[in-house]
Amino acid sequence: MRKREALAAALVALGLVVVLPALNALPDGAPLHVSNFTLNLFGKFLAYAILALALDLLWGYAGVLSLGHGVFFGLGAYAMGMHLMLEIGAQGVYRSALPDFMVWNQVTELPLFWRPFKSALFTLAAVVLVPGLAALVFGFLTFRSRIRGVYFSIITQALALTAWLVFNRNELNLGGTNGLAGFKTIFGFRLSEPATQRGLYVATAVALVAAWLLCRFIVGSRVGKVLVAIRDSETRVLFSGYSPASYKLFVFVVSAVLAGVAGALYVPQVGIITPAKIGVVPSIEMVVWVAAGGRGTLVGAVAGAVGVNWMQSWLTTSYPDLWLLFLGALFMAVVLFMPDGVVGAASRGATMAADAVRRAAGTGGTRALAAPGAPGSRMAREP
Amino acid sequence: MRRLLLLAVFAWLASAGHAAALTPEQVSSALASDDGERREAAVAALGRTGDPKWLAFLSALRDGSVYAHKRGHRVELVVGGAKSARGDQEVVEIVRAYDRTPLGVVPVAELTEVAADRRLRLAIKPFLDASETRLQLADADPAVRRGAAVKLGHQADPGALPLVEEALARETDRWTRHALAEARALIGLAHGDAAARVEAAQALGGLHATSALPALRRLATGAASAAERDAAAAAVRRIERWTMLATTLETAFQGASLASILLLMALGLAVVFGLMGVINMAHGELMALGAYTTFVVQNWFRDVWPERFDLYFLVALPLAFTVAGAAGLVLERGVIRRLYGRPLETLLLTWGASLIIQQALRLWFGAANVDVASPRWLSGGLPVMVGLQLPWNRTFIIGLAALALGGMYWLLFRTSTGLAIRAVTQNRQMSACLGVRAGVVDATTFALGAGLAGLAGAALTQIGNVGPSLGQHYIVDSFMVVVTGGVGKLAGTILAAAGIGGLNKGIEPALGAVFAKVLILVAVIVFLQRRPAGLFAARGRHAEA
Amino acid sequence: MTAGAIVYLEDVTVDYDGFKALHHLSFYMDRKELRVVIGPNGAGKTTLLDVISGRVKPAHGRVIFGHHTDLTTLSPDRIAALGIGRKFQTPSVFPSLTVRDNIALSLARPSKGVFASLLAGDGRDDRERVEQALETVGLEDKAEVLAGILSHGEKQWLEIAMVIAQDPELMLVDEPVAGMTDGETARTGELLLSIAADRSVLVIEHDMEFVRQIARTVTVLHQGTVLCEGPVARVQQDARVLEVYLGPARESAHAGR
Repeated sequence: MRKREALAAALVALGLVVVLPALNALPDGAPLHVSNFTLNLFGKFLAYAILALALDLLWGYAGVLSLGHGVFFGLGAYAMGMHLMLEIGAQGVYRSALPDFMVWNQVTELPLFWRPFKSALFTLAAVVLVPGLAALVFGFLTFRSRIRGVYFSIITQALALTAWLVFNRNELNLGGTNGLAGFKTIFGFRLSEPATQRGLYVATAVALVAAWLLCRFIVGSRVGKVLVAIRDSETRVLFSGYSPASYKLFVFVVSAVLAGVAGALYVPQVGIITPAKIGVVPSIEMVVWVAAGGRGTLVGAVAGAVGVNWMQSWLTTSYPDLWLLFLGALFMAVVLFMPDGVVGAASRGATMAADAVRRAAGTGGTRALAAPGAPGSRMAREP
Repeated sequence: MRRLLLLAVFAWLASAGHAAALTPEQVSSALASDDGERREAAVAALGRTGDPKWLAFLSALRDGSVYAHKRGHRVELVVGGAKSARGDQEVVEIVRAYDRTPLGVVPVAELTEVAADRRLRLAIKPFLDASETRLQLADADPAVRRGAAVKLGHQADPGALPLVEEALARETDRWTRHALAEARALIGLAHGDAAARVEAAQALGGLHATSALPALRRLATGAASAAERDAAAAAVRRIERWTMLATTLETAFQGASLASILLLMALGLAVVFGLMGVINMAHGELMALGAYTTFVVQNWFRDVWPERFDLYFLVALPLAFTVAGAAGLVLERGVIRRLYGRPLETLLLTWGASLIIQQALRLWFGAANVDVASPRWLSGGLPVMVGLQLPWNRTFIIGLAALALGGMYWLLFRTSTGLAIRAVTQNRQMSACLGVRAGVVDATTFALGAGLAGLAGAALTQIGNVGPSLGQHYIVDSFMVVVTGGVGKLAGTILAAAGIGGLNKGIEPALGAVFAKVLILVAVIVFLQRRPAGLFAARGRHAEA
Repeated sequence: MTAGAIVYLEDVTVDYDGFKALHHLSFYMDRKELRVVIGPNGAGKTTLLDVISGRVKPAHGRVIFGHHTDLTTLSPDRIAALGIGRKFQTPSVFPSLTVRDNIALSLARPSKGVFASLLAGDGRDDRERVEQALETVGLEDKAEVLAGILSHGEKQWLEIAMVIAQDPELMLVDEPVAGMTDGETARTGELLLSIAADRSVLVIEHDMEFVRQIARTVTVLHQGTVLCEGPVARVQQDARVLEVYLGPARESAHAGR
């Protein structure tokens, strides 16, 4: 069972990391050629998948629903965006060493907090540290005082709204409503080159695999069990000698860091980051991905992120008016009829089929008593 | 042609048998003259008569509708009306210039326009303005009289002083008297001698005239005499102190206004949250439903019953409550009840519903904002002190929130429905054992909360834009109110709404709206450090395990 | 006070918005003692456990564990790590985890911090301790079952097993037999007695039959303070206890039900 699962995961990883970019490298017109556009789109989806993993770790296991993860995604994205902005140098519209929007806003000198982002190394560190530190502070304050459940969700939503408002301000010197855009190169490679985009795609796919392995490791360790236990009964965890606040804080910070990495990978592939990506609505949209794919399964989060976004890119071009209706309906349908998401429903179906086979073979199933194989598959609810 | 015109004016003045103060020759030749000064003098002479009919003539002259009309041998000055076509001829209705006796319809070709150039129009203007001001000062509506008085103060024309004195003598309205006194003092400050300026400065200080501040500051630093400087400085101090008081009160009012909006929204949310542990993310969209209901009712009144347009809002309020309440009922019975006991899932479910409602509104009514006009009784405001007027629409919302709150209290504590709601809120299983039908209670309460959202939406049409995303503006704040207020006690919701609304408006003037939001988030988090389940969370043995 | 005291409360007051759940309460328990606390509803029994286990901070007074550890400044998880285990009145287990995982999570460990849990796996020794706890409560057969589908009585035992796995010096037990059948009740009584052989146990109970089965010393709480204390038989004859339980005018041979 575990072996087969690992094999399947390895195959998918191989397909994403090696096969897809290899198909893209084929000449135009060759059979099975994957266009630059498609590869780029997939790169975006995979960045979203990392974000979905981050959210699933938090919500699916610890039962902590953050409606403000767009903020951490945005922090990583802006950190990377700032570096890319500075790489443009004097190639901008105004031929100034300053980013164009600063010239436009009559800023004459690069603000202090921008300067370190000239360094690629600092930027890479910031992508991890800035969302991580923000989550550490915010999480410390909220978890320590035992703000949980709906309260936590509402507070994180307020965080998303506030961050959105703040990032929209020109005074912050982060491009205001228009955000950061117009990038030319990343670490010296031209972003318009297909090879660069392919490289970014591969980096994203590798990051996704690494993120998935990290999440598997956490979930498979005793921490994962404590997280599920927190979801079940925080009081019991507390009186068993664990500090639920520390565990939640840990997983919140890991989740925020993953979200930041996702944002940093998103920016060079999409070419723009604006406050619109970090507000209330995008923050809750990513919850749909996890819910639709199946929370508490990790695989489901990845599948949900890719699936829903694929559908979105198709629907918004074909039927733009219907997308939001569809998204709303999808959300309601998933919550009502598929609380375990697609992956949960599929694995339940598989279990039932296996049971039927076993019963037919006369071995007699003990499904009700067996622990599910996948660590996170949704377990029996309290009656 | 010029002779003709001359003749016309002459004949006309003679026939009018009027304007004894000026000789007909002077006027007629003047109006016909090339000499701008003479023309202006003629206009001035007519203007000074103060005769409304002459003023009407001047107004027509300014608008370019005065013509010379040749009828047989006589040439007459006439005022032309609307032009129309008769056959292939363009014709125009004409009336006698002074008394407006109709003279029939004549072809345009028979008329020669008496042109008024820019200088002449400028010369005419003060007379018309003065006349208009005079009329306004005698208007039945105190608001109009007040406006005219304020305008006189701004202009500070010494010629208007008699007018001001005259109006002051008969004026009874307090605020108009105040504006007139201010106008008198402003004229004195601008045109009087040193003694008059001292007196005016003192008067302005006593009147708390903010509009006089620049002039007073100039006087305080630049005046020749120490007496003037002292008087002006004292007045400036006095006015500034008063303005500070007014600003503080205004901020307090704005805070109360925001708090009442939040309260109106949060009431519905809080009761549902207390009862079912559900935060209804579609609450904002239910508000939008209420707002669009108001829009539809308004349009209906405009089309079908325009003479009673002002009443539309009174019809819209209960209707908005009903429509949103019905939508809430459908939502609860249709989907939410299936998710009892899973608050996070319900949160997501209602968010899905909110997307659908929002997009449906967008498809139906368009993505652009729609216009909802205020009924007359909600425009304007209640002046409470100099420099502070409380807008009726916001005052109304405060009243509506108070009313909703009172209704809620009555419902919860004086009716059997309320008893059932409170029972289920405290102990669902036990209530069910005692025969309370929790399902009915849930549905009723949810519909009630949704109805309150609709009411809030209808109220918001009076102070903001109405669009599909109307609810989004305040919704996060009202969630914060609910969370801060805690479960099961209306007092918590009220205090939280007052706190968040007041804090918001209190910080805004100093630090801006965005920073106010940041600080409020921080404040709420810090507050929840002390009380993680809100202001009035149950403690002791009933506390959550 | 006494060198042998496992826990010692001195002049403790707990105030819930004006209601004094505990009122200048003083209480002490010896090592390896099995103590039963009884009292009418609202007497402050559960609050007493809340104060010892750190869930409620007293407005006034000291709570000393062992020789000199003041519990009033510590969080519940620290207190649990010190060696105080608590079993709740309504069974509190992790329904989404297997019975084995439930117990494994509760095991006493050198550190229950995040990073220790992340990196250290369960050794053979740990697995043995889990098996022992399973055996103690007789749930070996259901080790791989999700705790959520156990019966009520089984959940109670599982929770007891979890607390045993914590290897506490002092075990706080809140109404362990509420809702149990007679057979289950008797078994639970034996279980508690065997546990009390090598640790201190503080039990809150209503069921006087059960109290007689297990108790050596009984403490009667009333209105947040100790009404009387002593052997079961003597307490049952105490006039004040009878009055509290049955009302002043009635006479009865038995306190409780």
